[in-house]
Amino acid sequence: MHEPTPDRDVFGLLAEFDKPERLLDAVRRARRAGFKRVEAYSPFPIGELAEALDFRDNRVPWLTLLGGIVGAGVGYGMQVYTNHGFPIDIGNRPLVTPPGFMLITFELTVLFAVLFSIGGMLMLNHLPRLNHPLFDIRSFHLASTDKFFLVLLSNDPKFDRERTRTFLDTLKPVRIDLVEGTEEPE
Amino acid sequence: MSDVAPDMRDYRAVTREIVDISLDYPDRRGWWLCFIGALVLLLSFFASVTWLFWEGVGVWGNNIPVGWGLAIANYIWFLGIGHAGTLISAMLLLLDQHWRNSLNRFAEAMTLFAVVCAGLYPLVHLGRPWLFYWMAPYPNTMTIWPQFKSPLTWDFFAVLTYLTVSVLFWYIGIVPDLASARDRATKRRQQVFYGLAALGWLGSARHWARWRQAYRLTAAIAVPLVVSVHSEISLLFAAGPIPGWTSTVFPPYFVLGAAFSGFAVVSMIAVTMRHALGLRNLVTPRHLDLLAKLLLATGLMTAYGYWAEVFDAFYGGDPQDLKTLSDRLGGAYAFTYWGAVIANFVPLQLLWWRSVRANPALLFAIGLSVTIGMWFERYMLLVTTLYRDWLVSSWHTYHPSFWDWSLFAGMLGVFLTLFLLFVRFLPVISAFEIKEATFEEKEEGGHA
Repeated sequence: MHEPTPDRDVFGLLAEFDKPERLLDAVRRARRAGFKRVEAYSPFPIGELAEALDFRDNRVPWLTLLGGIVGAGVGYGMQVYTNHGFPIDIGNRPLVTPPGFMLITFELTVLFAVLFSIGGMLMLNHLPRLNHPLFDIRSFHLASTDKFFLVLLSNDPKFDRERTRTFLDTLKPVRIDLVEGTEEPE
Repeated sequence: MSDVAPDMRDYRAVTREIVDISLDYPDRRGWWLCFIGALVLLLSFFASVTWLFWEGVGVWGNNIPVGWGLAIANYIWFLGIGHAGTLISAMLLLLDQHWRNSLNRFAEAMTLFAVVCAGLYPLVHLGRPWLFYWMAPYPNTMTIWPQFKSPLTWDFFAVLTYLTVSVLFWYIGIVPDLASARDRATKRRQQVFYGLAALGWLGSARHWARWRQAYRLTAAIAVPLVVSVHSEISLLFAAGPIPGWTSTVFPPYFVLGAAFSGFAVVSMIAVTMRHALGLRNLVTPRHLDLLAKLLLATGLMTAYGYWAEVFDAFYGGDPQDLKTLSDRLGGAYAFTYWGAVIANFVPLQLLWWRSVRANPALLFAIGLSVTIGMWFERYMLLVTTLYRDWLVSSWHTYHPSFWDWSLFAGMLGVFLTLFLLFVRFLPVISAFEIKEATFEEKEEGGHA
């Protein structure tokens, strides 16, 4: 979570589109025009949007794998440790029995993998968070219904209030809003 | 082919149809009537549990040899019902079956609440329930650990994992719709409630990309988890040296029976909700048709399990197994065996006809019949096996007491209360996934 910085008074410029295809097109054109810090918002996941933003982050799958490995280790290790700590002799059968340990090992593999996956997703997405500069824009409420938004962030080297607005105008959005900065853009 | 009615292919209409139910509930009087009914049942739960804790498990009909009575039968019944929600949601997500989007949210909610009810049963079944934490491995002054080679300990880990994973999967699946509710809410307390619950979700492309990774991975992990959990439940029986239980047929037989009973309950809920909440545009006859087909398919697989169990006894030829089989087919509790066979499989055959599958009232009735039939099955599996053990001197019949039944009614109250609160306050259908499917179908063109 970033603290609000008083020196940065603009978060970015927000353009609203009424169709997902138009947002996709706008993202591609903004990237082509040289904007690096671009973010897009949509009411539902659009695979091409992540591609257009050149988003290649596989940390969530790797975290899931890591969670699974940790879970398997914890699950199996716990059973070996406790069986030595409090041995129960059942007809002189071996104390450490891999087939008998597999179920809990599997359950803890699943549990840790899912906890790491979902916990990792939330952490990398900087969620939960209580407020965001975009929430100050009235029309942004439609981002979860049927409107599609493009933001060119103010910490982009190419960002300039006037020229960026002129560029956004060429994309023919429904409207353009200046987002006041209350927090450091991510 | 699109799964939802044509007027639901507009993004705004979908959100309005679904999210506005939570924000401005259409039929408050009907909801309150149901909720008061559920609260009365809930009262029965608290009364039964209070009396149980005060007097001990002796208030139930349990005896020796039938140490597991209604409580454990209901535990398996509830847990089995829960599994269908995960299967519908996770398996069909991975198979890219868009029609799941109209069903997965409430099917998963059903899973959660059924698992809560199931989980409460073994807890209250303990002689000293206040020591329930002894099941967990924690360092203690007695320097002892749980018996990790026991199916009872496996059960603890399986159910706990299943509950946690179900909650998380359901919750990250509902967050984007909670954000919709937050953004559409006009009353202050709604804005605060949905605002906190939505975790500040913005719907940015990067958020969605990571969300999708986590969601699909969790789904992929949840499918084998369901199989493992109910296989494990069956080991509570199959791992013991008890005739009629100790069989390798049990794990698949239990998993399929679980899916079967769960699809029956999902069908009933789907029919009720589309009627009560006016969701006919989103839960269409095509959904009911597909649910009915799933019900029929899993029903036939369960029937195969029944047959395999009988075959197993004859093929093994163990006299004690054959004795248990004859007790099931013709003993004091034969009504539970034949009740299960008839209620499960006879009305089910009507689903071969398309006109029956498209008829909500008939589908509801068949679902109810299967739900009752599967309850008979759980009861039959426990009681017919235990009441006549190896020793003739220990034979004893079992009859649930008043408090057994009052707790069962109370547990239904727990389920209904939670489910009604879900229907009242949370988006019951996944709006954003329906919009996503509409978008993808438009992209592919042609058959949208």
